[in-house]
Amino acid sequence: MATMLILGAASDIARATALAFACEGWDLIVAGRKEEILQKIAADISLRSGRTVKTAHFDALKPEEHAVFWRDIEEETSALFCAIGFLGEQERAQHDFGHAETILRTNFTGLTPILSLAANTFERRGRGLIIAVSSVAGDRGRASNYLYGSAKAGLTAFLSGLRNRLATKGVTVITVKPGFVATAMTAGMNLPTRLTATPQQVAADIVKAVKKKRNVVYSRWFWRSIMMIIGHIPECMFKRLKL
Amino acid sequence: MKLTSWGKYPRIETALESPADTARAVARLEKAETLIGRGLGRSYGDSALNNKLVLSSLRLDFMESFDEETGVLVAGAGVSLAEILDAFVPRGWFLPVTPGTKFVSLGGAIASDVHGKDHHVAATFSRHVAWLDLWTPATGPIHCSDTENADIFHATAGGHGLTGFILKVALKLKKIPSGFIRQEMVKADNLEAIMDSFERYAALPFTVAWIDCLQAGKGLGRSIFMGGSFAEKDELPARYRARPHQPPAPRALAVPFDFPSFVLNNWSVRAFNALYYGRAPKGLSKSVISYHSFFYPLDAIHNWNRIYGRRGFTQYQFVLPKETSADGLPKILKAIAESGQGSFLAVLKLFGEQPVFDGNISFPMRGYTLALDFPITRKLFPLLDRLDSMVLECGGRHYLTKDSRMSGEVFKRGYSPALDDFLALKKRLDPEERFVSLQSRRLRITG
Repeated sequence: MATMLILGAASDIARATALAFACEGWDLIVAGRKEEILQKIAADISLRSGRTVKTAHFDALKPEEHAVFWRDIEEETSALFCAIGFLGEQERAQHDFGHAETILRTNFTGLTPILSLAANTFERRGRGLIIAVSSVAGDRGRASNYLYGSAKAGLTAFLSGLRNRLATKGVTVITVKPGFVATAMTAGMNLPTRLTATPQQVAADIVKAVKKKRNVVYSRWFWRSIMMIIGHIPECMFKRLKL
Repeated sequence: MKLTSWGKYPRIETALESPADTARAVARLEKAETLIGRGLGRSYGDSALNNKLVLSSLRLDFMESFDEETGVLVAGAGVSLAEILDAFVPRGWFLPVTPGTKFVSLGGAIASDVHGKDHHVAATFSRHVAWLDLWTPATGPIHCSDTENADIFHATAGGHGLTGFILKVALKLKKIPSGFIRQEMVKADNLEAIMDSFERYAALPFTVAWIDCLQAGKGLGRSIFMGGSFAEKDELPARYRARPHQPPAPRALAVPFDFPSFVLNNWSVRAFNALYYGRAPKGLSKSVISYHSFFYPLDAIHNWNRIYGRRGFTQYQFVLPKETSADGLPKILKAIAESGQGSFLAVLKLFGEQPVFDGNISFPMRGYTLALDFPITRKLFPLLDRLDSMVLECGGRHYLTKDSRMSGEVFKRGYSPALDDFLALKKRLDPEERFVSLQSRRLRITG
């Protein structure tokens, strides 16, 4: 059976999505930085789904390691799901440029090497699946999180280009844009209940997007309309809004 | 934040925290002054409520290991019974005991020491727990089972979170031939007939009855008896035989908002009951149905508690010793019927023998248990007070998991003498009374 690589597997969205794919019959490699939590997640998913789940060490901030990392798992891997994301602290990033760079690298530039490596392999094979979690925050920059948002905007554009390049090569590229999700990243924030999804709902949306071969999927679905409206507010008004 | 449990009564202002792993949970426990643990919030009343801090186990949700030989699953206290079913029914395993909802956490199932339709053969949930890891103020993390720290184990089972916080659980699953139940249904015209059915079908592993509490006089105790056992593969409808452990998933419905309180009244409930009873075939009928529809009919309707409206409801569940049931049940049913406050969901069940341990305050005892829902109204509490004394006169007691209004005196009379040992152990494990619920205060278990 086919194997999917899960990057950033310790996040709540990744864990739920990995389980959903395992229940669809995928074997998994769960990769990330913290070996201990990866072991726990691998055991849990394997028990719940009956599939084989391995762990691997991966760090988006060490792009020089990506080629070796990919070489070791390239042969068995036929799909990649990337859920790496780091919100950071917007205010701190306005003065602490090291922090700003960590946000940009974790959410965007640190991901391009591994995404490119997978894309090149899949292109050569003439088949493959790449799914990456971007964010509605990348659709329009806002005062409260524009460093995170601009990194996600970069990722969204990168994926869009990748999709364009690989569309005729048998490789599917899916961009996932979650809105509010109740996860460790948003713990302590006061999110509106009706607009907030669970990681399980996002996971179900992603599995459905693969089945329907969608290109860009908002989760929950109503975020497409919300972002459409936000995207159309004239800049002269938008700049005065508190969002 | 506002927090309430399944009965939506009471609703209080408090803080709810969900530590992400065991280490963080222990760190939080160590510095909490007063708190109570909580899982999925399916207890009906105030046993999982504390005004200062409610500590959720829901992120302790990792399955750690499963032994194919013994069927022992080790998992975090926040793993739900639904998740266990999803993972293990397809592989031919089932819960050793299940309550009427699968949306219960492992920790909650132990704190309530839940029972199911198989109590007469399997007793309560904790009897199938190989061991558990608990955190208490006096001991820190402690491993307990039937043989190790047995006193703490027995007080924690059915102890409603008052001995400490459950971190991890080892549960013994059981093998099943399929995910379907061979169901036998019998219509009973009155109480005598239904009690007779419970005796006659005692060999079946699952037995329960739905009872119409608005019937008085000749029809008092009119009910539908449901018995069942797991079906063998060759008894299944042909289309399921190839995959006997994968019954069709039920279609989920949802109640989108709180119903206005006039929707449920004496007449609408009477009409529902008449329809329900009238629809069942006369005499004995047999069928093969999925485990979902047999064990969890209400789980298919999410938020069914909303039909009772904003004011909420309480479920009143008591048990009478078998010796006094034949005399006591008709009296109590008559009082309910006369009050006109009965509900849709009245469930009758004959419990079997419940093992007795020092300091164990699990609810069941050998005898009949009746559970009914009442919407909260001004007239309700005087009626329930009257029923309380009738239950006590028969030597019975009440289920704390459903309770939000009983008095400390009623509780004490129902649960002594085991209660004294429980309180002594509580004092030893938690001398500063840090584990406190609204219920434990009301029942004067804590100050």
